[in-house]
Amino acid sequence: MVIDDLTEIADKERAARKRYTIRCCMAAGCMSSNSKGVKEALEDAVNQAGLQQMVEVRGVGCMKLCCQGPLVQIDSATAGATFALESNEVGPLYQKVTPEDANSLVSTLKGGQTPVQRGDPRHPFFSAQLSIVLANSGFIDPERIESYITAEGYQALHDVLRELTPKDLIERIIKSGLRGRGGAGYPTGLKWATVGKAASQQKYVICNADEGDPGAFMDRSVLESDPHSVLEGMAIAAYAVGANQGFIYVRAEYPLAIARLHAAIKQAKKYGLLGSGIFESPFNFNIDLRIGAGAFVCGEETALMASVEGKRGTPRPRPPFPAESGLYNSPTLINNVETFANVAPIVRKGAEWFAGIGTEKSKGTKVFALAGKITNTGLIEVPMGTALRKIVEEMGGGAPDGGKIKAVQTGGPSGGCIPAEELDTPVDYDSLTKLGSIMGSGGMIVMDETTKMVDVARFFMEFCMDESCGKCVPCRAGTAQMHQLLNKILAGNATTRDLQKLEELCYMVKNTSLCGLGQTAPNPVLSTLRFFRKEYTDLLMPDAFGPRPNAVNGTGHAAAGRNLAPTEGVPSSGK
Amino acid sequence: MAAKTLTIDGKQISADECATILEAAADAGITIPTLCHLEGVYDVGACRLCLVEVTGISKLLPACTTKVAEGMEIRTDTERLIRYRRMTLELLLAERNHVCAVCVANGHCELQTLAFNQGVDHVRYEYCFPKWEVDNSHALFGMDHNRCLLCTRCVRVCWHIEGAGTKNVSGRGAKARIISDLNQPWGTSDTCTKCGKCVMACPTGALFYKGSTNSEMERDRDKLEFIVTAREKKQWIA
Ligand SMILES: Cc1cc2nc3c(=O)[nH]c(=O)nc-3n(C[C@H](O)[C@H](O)[C@H](O)COP(=O)(O)O)c2cc1C
Ligand code: SF4
Ligand code: FES
Repeated sequence: MVIDDLTEIADKERAARKRYTIRCCMAAGCMSSNSKGVKEALEDAVNQAGLQQMVEVRGVGCMKLCCQGPLVQIDSATAGATFALESNEVGPLYQKVTPEDANSLVSTLKGGQTPVQRGDPRHPFFSAQLSIVLANSGFIDPERIESYITAEGYQALHDVLRELTPKDLIERIIKSGLRGRGGAGYPTGLKWATVGKAASQQKYVICNADEGDPGAFMDRSVLESDPHSVLEGMAIAAYAVGANQGFIYVRAEYPLAIARLHAAIKQAKKYGLLGSGIFESPFNFNIDLRIGAGAFVCGEETALMASVEGKRGTPRPRPPFPAESGLYNSPTLINNVETFANVAPIVRKGAEWFAGIGTEKSKGTKVFALAGKITNTGLIEVPMGTALRKIVEEMGGGAPDGGKIKAVQTGGPSGGCIPAEELDTPVDYDSLTKLGSIMGSGGMIVMDETTKMVDVARFFMEFCMDESCGKCVPCRAGTAQMHQLLNKILAGNATTRDLQKLEELCYMVKNTSLCGLGQTAPNPVLSTLRFFRKEYTDLLMPDAFGPRPNAVNGTGHAAAGRNLAPTEGVPSSGK
Repeated sequence: MAAKTLTIDGKQISADECATILEAAADAGITIPTLCHLEGVYDVGACRLCLVEVTGISKLLPACTTKVAEGMEIRTDTERLIRYRRMTLELLLAERNHVCAVCVANGHCELQTLAFNQGVDHVRYEYCFPKWEVDNSHALFGMDHNRCLLCTRCVRVCWHIEGAGTKNVSGRGAKARIISDLNQPWGTSDTCTKCGKCVMACPTGALFYKGSTNSEMERDRDKLEFIVTAREKKQWIA
């Protein structure tokens, strides 16, 4: 494979392009509402209408507005289409399409009308997005490498192998300001430089696709929609650090992503874009898949590496960091799916271009999985620094049925709740940290007035308790005690002293746990205590030395604290 | 080997460059409480009792797995560390069913001794009272999961001193437990060599010799160190 072969594949693809392309979402969200059936029905309808020569029905990746799926969109390659174009070449977007709609949709290509519900591609949900990672998502066919190559795929890999030394490449990544998208936001270039400098014959590159946060589906969407962008990013990284073997650790709950990755790796190998002597250079690189067995903690890098080695997935103390001693004790680069997906665009378009997007300390874009009490559920990619309000109110369309947004949860079980008053916060690593939450991997759960914050805290604590690996004492036994205390508070059986105990435990578990899971497990409690303390204190009853609430007002324990007159000499906690 | 100079609790000491903080402290006569640490096997940093403060580092560091560095200023006795240690022990005591009065290890138990030394005179957390079984299927030894701390000392001696690989951990979180072979009764294990090293290693009464009373529950722990020294340094000193 040389560059001319790549161009030839792309030219052939372009030449074969038909007048109309009907794009049908084939990512897991739409597939779960039968988009496969829709695609088949569309193909039948095209055949029946005798339009095979003019129309291609293409299965594509996530088209972002998942809540309205299955989504179908029609493109026209040339002017004079039978329908109005929304923008350059891109035609109308259809929502909640069923197989029965296929005939009427195809009839629009002959000037017919269709009753199918239309989406608005000019809605801020789409127009306020800036796609780097998801640029190909919803456009290319993730199951065909040729489709990716046509979208400039693998050119960046070619260019770095031909034109850049590993050192210059790392320099470029450092200059771009890219930071890890897996949670902690560590500067990617610096990590690459550390692994690059490690003296070792054997190095590894690992892609972390464990994505365990409840409610998060960014990485899954990237893998399902554009798997080659991750492979290309990994290959570029491997060249930068001097690795010849890569692993993708993907959770077993993502069968579609796994299947697409398998297919993508096979195709890339066939074309010589993975394997030995890539682009006729001395660079060799292979990628294998490792399937996780469903443990949140296996997203933690040291646990993940143990799991890849076939051991029990438990974290170990760092240092040594994976960059010095990782997989099989060799220097290992581990990055998140989205981090890798940013690499090829940075190489193609330059570090300055990337560094021009976002805020001073957070560059580029971030993909969020918008979920919860929000009108437009789906996948969004926005420049770093976009105000939270813009995301949830303009793009997300606010709470459904006229509800009022109360808080936004970011960072999953390691993050916190940002109250509605702080919605003007720009979304970047540092602003979120300042509010006691974290960027995390990109889960964003919107909560409305009906949500009880203590319940939210208990939900995440239960998650951490169940997912604790059990190795270190503070996390294993501490989360269990905190969960127990939250239950006690919710049952209306707790006093101020229990709340104190809870807070003290939060800090203890945060400061003494071995790995990030335990160190961040108290965050949901601490952040809800910070912004919604009254919801906790409203549930408390007077201290044990005072009279206990009797059975008369027994049902609503929340009321118990308030209805009882504070006893003399006893600190009243029922406020 | 080069030496490093550092201070622990204000005391200036010098330590071998590959020593851990724990080893350096021990050399200087400073005791740091430990539980998952065991002479002779590698450290895992799991119990978090040995955490220390190091000036300039915001995180607390486990003394057992952290190497010394030049000029390190270490504190092992701050109010916060003492409080956290006590809380860790309280959490352990509340987690399973530690009833000293009916335990073979009463009087020879590291958890008991630690709790005593750290001034844990009561436990503020609710006892979990989990239901754990006792595995008495082995001819010579027994395992009472009610008293297990999951320090994994038994697992490490079984794999890395004896080389049998019988003991392991299964499950996660509070449901994690020590198992034999493929999670089967210990007595049916094919790999167990009946060497008894796990019993020697156990800090509590979770692993015990069958038929022993608590006054007999003395552990021959020097034997573990003896084997390791013999193996690594080729010195046969008891
Ligand atoms: C409990 C826990 C779970 C994690 N889960 C994930 C995950 O699912 N995906 C991920 O990319 N990183 C996860 N991480 C972060 C990784 O440890 C690691 O920092 C990350 O993969 C580094 O990649 P980055 O620099 O590209 O962000 C997790 C960390 C912890 C402590
Ligand atoms: S913090 Fe939790 S998940 Fe991490 S090592 Fe400790 S017990 Fe395991
Ligand atoms: S002895 Fe260091 S963590 Fe247990």
